[in-house]
Amino acid sequence: MAAREIALTPRIGRLPAVAIRLHDLVVTTDHKKLGLMYIGAGLVFFVIAGSLASVMRLQLAAPNNGAVSPQVFNRLFTMHGTTMVFLVGMPIIAGMMNYLVPLMIGARDMAFPRLNAFGFWMFFFGGLLLYLSYLAAPGITGAGSAPDVGWFAYSPLTARAFSRGHSTDYWTLSLLLSGVGSIVSAINVIATAVSLRCKGMTMMRLPLFVWLSIVTSFMILLALSPLSAAQVMLLLDRFLGARFFDTQAGGSAVLWQHFFWIFGHPEVYILIIPAFACLSEIVPVFSRKPIFGYPIMVAAAVMIAFISLGVWAHHMFTIGMTSMGNIFFATSTFLVAVPTGIKIFNWLATMYGGKLRFEPPMLFCIGFLFQFLIAGLTGVMLGVAPFDWQLHDSYFVVAHFHYTLVGGFLFGIFAGIYYWYPKAVGRMLDRRLGIWHFWLFAIGFHLTFDPQHFAGFLGMPRRIYTYEEGRGWEVYNMISSVGVIAQVAGIMCFVVNLVRSYWKGEPAGEDPWDAWTLEWATTSPPPEYNFETLPAVRSSRPLWDLKHPEDPDWKYE
Amino acid sequence: MTKADALNPPVEPDDWRLPSRGVVAVVCLIVTETALFAIFVVAYLYYIGKSLGGPYPSEVLETPVIATICLLSSSLTIILAERAFERANAGGFRLWWAGTIVLGAVFLALTAMEWFRLLTGPRLTISANLFGTTFYSLVGLHASHVIVGLTLLTLTMILFLLRRVRPAHGERIKLISWYWHFVDAVWVVVFTVVYVIGR
Repeated sequence: MAAREIALTPRIGRLPAVAIRLHDLVVTTDHKKLGLMYIGAGLVFFVIAGSLASVMRLQLAAPNNGAVSPQVFNRLFTMHGTTMVFLVGMPIIAGMMNYLVPLMIGARDMAFPRLNAFGFWMFFFGGLLLYLSYLAAPGITGAGSAPDVGWFAYSPLTARAFSRGHSTDYWTLSLLLSGVGSIVSAINVIATAVSLRCKGMTMMRLPLFVWLSIVTSFMILLALSPLSAAQVMLLLDRFLGARFFDTQAGGSAVLWQHFFWIFGHPEVYILIIPAFACLSEIVPVFSRKPIFGYPIMVAAAVMIAFISLGVWAHHMFTIGMTSMGNIFFATSTFLVAVPTGIKIFNWLATMYGGKLRFEPPMLFCIGFLFQFLIAGLTGVMLGVAPFDWQLHDSYFVVAHFHYTLVGGFLFGIFAGIYYWYPKAVGRMLDRRLGIWHFWLFAIGFHLTFDPQHFAGFLGMPRRIYTYEEGRGWEVYNMISSVGVIAQVAGIMCFVVNLVRSYWKGEPAGEDPWDAWTLEWATTSPPPEYNFETLPAVRSSRPLWDLKHPEDPDWKYE
Repeated sequence: MTKADALNPPVEPDDWRLPSRGVVAVVCLIVTETALFAIFVVAYLYYIGKSLGGPYPSEVLETPVIATICLLSSSLTIILAERAFERANAGGFRLWWAGTIVLGAVFLALTAMEWFRLLTGPRLTISANLFGTTFYSLVGLHASHVIVGLTLLTLTMILFLLRRVRPAHGERIKLISWYWHFVDAVWVVVFTVVYVIGR
């Protein structure tokens, strides 16, 4: 072993520093590097997909606008949706779980480090494959470009007759690849959180972040493989002439909708639960109080996971289900609101009477609470089947899910990034730029998505590339597009902050926020082995016990 | 109080035991594979009797009795192999493990013969009708899992014959057998759906 190292060192030593770093990234199995690679790649895709959305808002700013053609517009919303869900949301949550779960449970790495690297590269090449479609999808027939069938790719749009060339195939294959990546990383997270806990870390002492990572990973196991199954069926249809979704041969287009949403609805909870996880760590630390109702928080997350597996057809009220079907899916949709409400009340109860510190992570958490509440309320409205018949496929729906995914998910993730960046990099993010980021992005978010509710009420359908004058939609669309400017400015503050603080930020030290979970017990950034000696814990706030030996938590737990 | 003391409190649970990571991972794998099969089974059930033209299952399908007996009894032989391994009985392990491989291979060969008969005789292809589509995809998905299982079994056999398998590998032997039991259990569902309900 030693001889081999000696032989290798001089050869690598001659390479430029950049090449050594790249080589290190390609071969690494360290959970922290992979976690940051997931998040980094996710943020790059976020900027790309955000740019696609900006072009759409430019097109829709005024009626009868001709900035892009209808065909290009179809590609824009398909690529925007697909990228945001599969190449932004999924890798960022995978990255956060990868980075934090081993640190929080006092472990040296994930349970399967090489599987972890495999999962990352599957996601990464899946993403590249999706964007390769712009160049390669025309193939020898010259038909097609990037996928243009919408992010849920309803049949029969995906049939050979209607989707010529290979655009749909690129969509399918890239989702299959990144889906495999998500599944192996979910298996890894569960195995790590169950099997690698340090001494004394019982399940009910796990940080809530770890608990919710387990819940979200379990949902990935149950939701992503149905998506893979549906993608395999679509591939068989397109390449071998199978008849799954071929209505000419008795196949059912509705079956695709069922299969897609069996994945699609749990998917939104897969994304939002890690945001819940960030809040559950950040709100207590910045309120200087332990989380309110720990066991109820765990139970509520598990309830959300189970109920969300039985609500998918509320995306399909307008296809003409039986009234029993409508009633079942409407009721289950209302039920999800109960555990979600419990969570919101518990965060508020954690803040209540606390000594609040309005640092950037906490600002984003508070923004989350307001916006996610409204998103939940419009969600309950859409769960009422007759209401949905009126507003299905309108901008009201667009506004609703952007409230959950931008106002909810993204704000939670930003809170997490501001909170854990000092741990990962060893330097603080700039506070002033962070506050600018928060306000610009929050104002831009509301300008963009609040008016879309009203455009939806006035009948504006989603996915139209332009509209005529005189329908009363002009002002809402104009405000909506103007909001993008503030959002972009906010994101620029964020990117500048990330890059600048990497070199120039204030040194963070081990524990800049005076927090209580184990990741703050090691250096920032943590060494490759995480902890010199593996810790042992006696309560769910081990660092509180460390800092307050006169009044430790384990006396009361 | 130093940091190490607080993080290593004096009162310690001595019997700190956690489930093995391999066991957890294989259970998770089986959960996700179950969801995968569930979708194909639902598609099969949904499309029963919806084909617009022949050949129909009642005309062309024959109950694969021998294949089913082979696959189900391979679950028994792999248990016997596992027991022999635990008792460090190398001869017994070799015998029963090889028996499992043979039974799995016979199942696969019989499936191949059935497909050959269906393709050449009544010309049932994957694009013939909905029955062909769902039949080949569901049975094919299961057969592909049998192939993966057989690969694992054969690899283990080769490593065992090369004396690379040590007693410490008992858990991995157990996990391979769990996967194999799962493949068998799925066949019970596929058999019921395709050859009992679907006809």
